[in-house]
Amino acid sequence: MSSETGDARDLRMHSEPAVYVYEAPVRIWHWVNALAITVLAITGYFIGQPPPSVPGEATFNFLFGYIRFAHFAAGYVLAIFFLLRIYWAFVGNRHARELFLPPIFKAEFWDGVIHELKWYLFIAKEPRKHVGHNPLAMLAMHIMFVWGTIFMIITGFALYGEGTGMGTWQYDYFSSWVLPLFGQSMDVHTWHRVGMWWLVIFAMIHIYAAIREDIMSRQSLISSMISGWRTFRDPNRKPGDEI
Amino acid sequence: METFYEVMRRQGISRRSFLKFCSLTAAAMGLGPQFAGKIAHAMENKPRIPVLWLHGLECTCCTESFIRSAHPLAKDVILSMISLDYDDTIMAAAGHQAEAALEEVIEKYKGNYIVAVEGNPPLNEDGMFCIVGGKPFVDQLRHATEHCKAIISWGSCASYGCVQAAKPNPTQATPVHKVISGKPIIKVPGCPPIAEVMTAVITYMLTFDKLPELDRTGRPKMFYSQRIHDKCYRRPHFDAGQFVESFDDEGARKGYCLYKVGCKGPTTYNACSTIRWNEGTSFPIQAGHGCFGCSEDGFWDKGSWYARLTDIKAFGVETNADAVGTAAAAAVGTAVAAHAAASVVKRLASKGE
Ligand code: HEM
Ligand code: HEM
Ligand code: SF4
Repeated sequence: MSSETGDARDLRMHSEPAVYVYEAPVRIWHWVNALAITVLAITGYFIGQPPPSVPGEATFNFLFGYIRFAHFAAGYVLAIFFLLRIYWAFVGNRHARELFLPPIFKAEFWDGVIHELKWYLFIAKEPRKHVGHNPLAMLAMHIMFVWGTIFMIITGFALYGEGTGMGTWQYDYFSSWVLPLFGQSMDVHTWHRVGMWWLVIFAMIHIYAAIREDIMSRQSLISSMISGWRTFRDPNRKPGDEI
Repeated sequence: METFYEVMRRQGISRRSFLKFCSLTAAAMGLGPQFAGKIAHAMENKPRIPVLWLHGLECTCCTESFIRSAHPLAKDVILSMISLDYDDTIMAAAGHQAEAALEEVIEKYKGNYIVAVEGNPPLNEDGMFCIVGGKPFVDQLRHATEHCKAIISWGSCASYGCVQAAKPNPTQATPVHKVISGKPIIKVPGCPPIAEVMTAVITYMLTFDKLPELDRTGRPKMFYSQRIHDKCYRRPHFDAGQFVESFDDEGARKGYCLYKVGCKGPTTYNACSTIRWNEGTSFPIQAGHGCFGCSEDGFWDKGSWYARLTDIKAFGVETNADAVGTAAAAAVGTAVAAHAAASVVKRLASKGE
């Protein structure tokens, strides 16, 4: 599980050519992260638009408390796994770095982005094959997901620090500068909420693209995120070969 | 120079009341009971701190709340501490006499007096929207603060701009810290703010010879370190998920949480839910109305006071996060569906080849 993972070394004799792309930590992170974001988006939505009042005595009810608790717990999971994922970008294989460092200074990368756009616009007849993420996906994931998540973690902990109060690390490292930066607490809430929609939109496109490419691009996608292996369905072509 | 204690005795405040004030103030500042003695000692022995109270563009609600504030005995104390030297709204002198009093304090106590500012200077048209003593208020402000020890920005007008600075701010009303630089500025936002904060700040400076600890935005931590929501007595209903849905419903009668009708308690830093108003009688939430965040920057410009999701004002449109979000998500959803359909068509077509 280290950077020596070359494409050639990992090519196995297989009915379909296959490459080991996503190491276990990346895969585990992906699904934990997807779950955390789902919980965060649902509970977060209700934090701003609470469900109808529950009947009975306040003493015996804690619905909103549980919604908020689930949000904060998932927030911690998201943040801790995000840090672990960054760590893995340093020690994992080269595909573990694609998310954080798309090669934007390489012309071929942009050529790939354009080709991928053409593929999505039904102009290109066939998609190129990529061992890691395709360039367009890399770009979208980096801009929408990575920065969106960093934004949510920072604003999220700034809001959290308001509850834990002055003198706690959440307040001192986050709330103390984030609140004045946005103006006031209410503005942080508003933009944290906009951030949710940003990530929801990313997830919609992402899941659609994953399913579509799984079917249309003649290389495995969803199963790669489960098993780690990318398989290619055109046995006569080698991975990395382009049309 | 005389001490605060001498002034108070001269004004007919008994020693007993004076000592009560000292312990109340120690409590309000979150200090232990032993500090009451320390405060009393300072008030008896140190020369009093003169206060100039300036009034700019404002509605006088700060003064209004002040003169009927808090504990009745504290009120007398407050007045004898604050409005001895210059306060054009409630001082006996008027006209030239008043202006002379101002000059005298500046001359006599250079570097030692405090300037409390209520309201703010409008800068448009060379400051002509607020004239005091024949001159633009901004001139008086600059003149009076030049030699002061510290400034207290009293109320949301002085601290942030408040209603006269709400969009589009025709007079260009500007908070004090954006006009005056190089002086310590203590912000005491609120519309109006809590009177005890003023005496506490002055007492603190007298007793400890330094400014009280301020947060990053310049508010004294001892009064602005918690939100209304943190100490709100309706909080158990919030956690339970019991909300007032409209002002005349069953929940409203039962005293449920006002979150859904726009209470800004969760985002407002102030001491109302602990100190309360009018001799501790009540505060907005206790009266059944949500907090609308009067001590927060720009509270006039965030849309309805009765909505939980506040407005985003950008690119000349007013909207809220969910309106933007659902519209964008719907657009993307439609695009995804159309793209999926086109993909199916393409696949079928290529199969046929
Ligand atoms: C993808 C990540 C996240 C999403 C989609 C998300 C979503 C939301 C939403 C929609 C709200 C309601 C905003 C409002 O209308 O006031 C909210 C509130 C909040 N979020 Fe997050 N959030 C995320 C991450 C986090 C993280 C990492 C934390 C840190 C622990 C966090 C802590 C909070 C807190 C403290 C609140 C305010 C709760 C309250 O006012 O009662 N969030 N979140
Ligand atoms: C049913 C839901 C999901 C499916 C089927 C899915 C599928 C996939 C697949 C197939 C990949 C690999 C793409 C490639 O090989 O180029 C991937 C990567 C990724 N997904 Fe998802 N995903 C889902 C939910 C989510 C959610 C909710 C998020 C976060 C909002 C997310 C964030 C990511 C990220 C950041 C990567 C890049 C991983 C890396 O480079 O380490 N996914 N996903
Ligand atoms: S009434 Fe306002 S301050 Fe009180 S618990 Fe509800 S939201 Fe918080």
